Amino acid sequence: MVGAVELRGFGWRHAGRLAWAVRGLDLRIERGERVLLLGPSGAGKSTLLAALAGLLAEDSGEQEGTVEIDGLDPRKDRERVGIVFQDPETQLVMSRCGDDVAFGLENRGVPATEIWPRVDEALRRVGFPYHRDRPTAALSGGEQQRLALAGALALRPELLLLDEPTANLDPAGAALVREAVARSVDADTTLILVEHRVAEALPLVDRVVVLAPGGGVRADGTPEAVFGAHGDALAAEGVWVPGRPVPPRRGTAPAGDVLLTADRLGLPPRLAAVDLTVRAGEALAVLGPNGAGKSTLALLLGGLLKPGTGRVAASTELAGADARTAPHRWRAPALTRRIGSVFQDPEHQFVTGTVFDELALGPRRTGRTEPEVRATVDGLLERLRLTRLARANPYTLSGGEARRLSVATALATAPRLLICDEPTFGQDRRTWRELVDLLAELRDAGHGLVTVTHDTEFVDALADRRVLLDRPTAQVPS
Amino acid sequence: MIGLVEPVARPDAPLARRNPVAKLAAALVFSVILIVTLDPVAPAIAIAVELAVLPLFGVHPRVLARRAWPLLLAGAGILVTLVLFAADRSGRMLFEAGPVVVTSGVLVTALGLVLRVFAVALPGVIVFATTDPTDLADALVQNAKAPARFAIGALAAFRLVPLLGQEWQMITLARRARGVDAGRDPVARLRLFASTGFALLVGAIRRGTRLAVAMDARGFDAGTPRTVARRQHFGVADALLIAGATALASAAVATSVLLGTFRPLIS
Repeated sequence: MVGAVELRGFGWRHAGRLAWAVRGLDLRIERGERVLLLGPSGAGKSTLLAALAGLLAEDSGEQEGTVEIDGLDPRKDRERVGIVFQDPETQLVMSRCGDDVAFGLENRGVPATEIWPRVDEALRRVGFPYHRDRPTAALSGGEQQRLALAGALALRPELLLLDEPTANLDPAGAALVREAVARSVDADTTLILVEHRVAEALPLVDRVVVLAPGGGVRADGTPEAVFGAHGDALAAEGVWVPGRPVPPRRGTAPAGDVLLTADRLGLPPRLAAVDLTVRAGEALAVLGPNGAGKSTLALLLGGLLKPGTGRVAASTELAGADARTAPHRWRAPALTRRIGSVFQDPEHQFVTGTVFDELALGPRRTGRTEPEVRATVDGLLERLRLTRLARANPYTLSGGEARRLSVATALATAPRLLICDEPTFGQDRRTWRELVDLLAELRDAGHGLVTVTHDTEFVDALADRRVLLDRPTAQVPS
Repeated sequence: MIGLVEPVARPDAPLARRNPVAKLAAALVFSVILIVTLDPVAPAIAIAVELAVLPLFGVHPRVLARRAWPLLLAGAGILVTLVLFAADRSGRMLFEAGPVVVTSGVLVTALGLVLRVFAVALPGVIVFATTDPTDLADALVQNAKAPARFAIGALAAFRLVPLLGQEWQMITLARRARGVDAGRDPVARLRLFASTGFALLVGAIRRGTRLAVAMDARGFDAGTPRTVARRQHFGVADALLIAGATALASAAVATSVLLGTFRPLIS
């Protein structure tokens, strides 16, 4: 029988890069297999999926070896492969749900009379709850990803590739997408899934392939065999091996002085009124479903947005004489000395051309001398394993490196209070643990910490106190 | 931002239902014919016609007013500029205040220009108020033989436009969190504005690239002849709409010629 997927010595180097994204890869996947593809960040998982989907144009890089699907180059045989990406916003094309599923069918030249029955069938298979006239903009992230899955399935692919389809979703939305995958993919469709959260993905797969960071395959077999033989080593390399909880880092001392108080704080319609207190030496976790206004709360506490209702008050412990005015009225350098904010998307925060300047920016703007700046920056580079990247452009970093840098930039001005929005989002286990350790050290050194997150393991490992937000009532989920 | 282009008309109105390409062509023909004259009479007649057909398009005058307010600004701008700086100060003097001399000639020219702006722009406003962007892209491909690569590509890119507003706000806030603000210094403000714009552009290009890859993965522009899920018909009524627009605009210009007010654009 012809294998569905066959890679022989496959390698790919993107144009303009020195390092190979993937190299020396030999892999055979039979038709109907369900494969979970793992590997630490930078091992080339997404590049491999792009190659299988025929999306690596010949002139966009350099290839070694071969990649074939049923003996054909995937670039010439794209009809048999469907792919769903991570970000819902940039894979929906049309403004109405049905039209979006129909888009691929139109492109493939499916006769007009067959299009709508196939659209309806695909929507039914993924359990899509709305009529096809529903605007795509009115869907939640989980619903958008189910729609993207329907768009791929409507083309009846023989090979379905899922590139972290649930990474941007809250736990409820992610569960809906996994359920849709489980019920909609039929027995002779080959499935390759890239997913950081292994425990959740395991029910969908019967084989695990782990890529090695330097190239080639690190481990391959049933989940039991792979995790049984290599579990500890894989966990150390950054793979989320199930059944290996991270030791918690609870606070050692009781919480200290109040740093910030939110009193009936809200911003309709994004956030309903909340009361909370942030203390020094305490890690506070804010949880809640997508649309509950968690990110908005982070911006309000960070002194970045003007409250719509209620108020945010800084204590004199945090702000000295400035405590009389609300944080959103402080000048930026005064703010950044006291409250650091780490945004969900690290790239939003990058302002300069090198990692070094990025870290030096805050200290320079708050009036430190150049030797002091250098000492601070070198310390942070060392601590967050970024020293060898000091001269690199922040926009060229990998996901894990960019996240570490964005946290480091907030720490560079030594703010007493740090506010993080989804700091662990999309991180491998190694970066995740480093972040937990770093934040725990800060907390134990007397800094206040507010983290807005979906990541329950992170909360279990670090948080001393939790606040649960609900969706503001009488509001359409957006 | 997207609010400016969403259809807001009653979809069952007789002219709103016409083929989007027909509506666009009618608006274009109507506007182009009016451009030939500089007098105030022809545009005034045209505006009367445009307001008269409004109910047939199912557009409430209030909706039109809300969408056309930028035209009011443009009109006011023209009026002020001409009154202050017009070279042609012919006609009866109306009043004089220092260097500002307002004559009847100046006022007639200004009025003609203001009316022209409205007469030429309103058909477009009406068409976009009554047309769904998806329908327009479909009709451009099916009836005007526009390349799908262009029409559907533009439509998809268009979906990302509202995201730019949110993105701008996030970048601005992220910079404040980093200790970067401009305060009251206008030069620093300008530099911050430029660098925020640059970051926005970088993000927009990345997002556009991701969207293009996703479209590519679903076979867009792969060389296979495309079929259409939503058929757009171009019928007799659509041809009549274009003919009607041509006739009405020509009639407005003809009236102006007969009244002797016609002032050709190129003389």
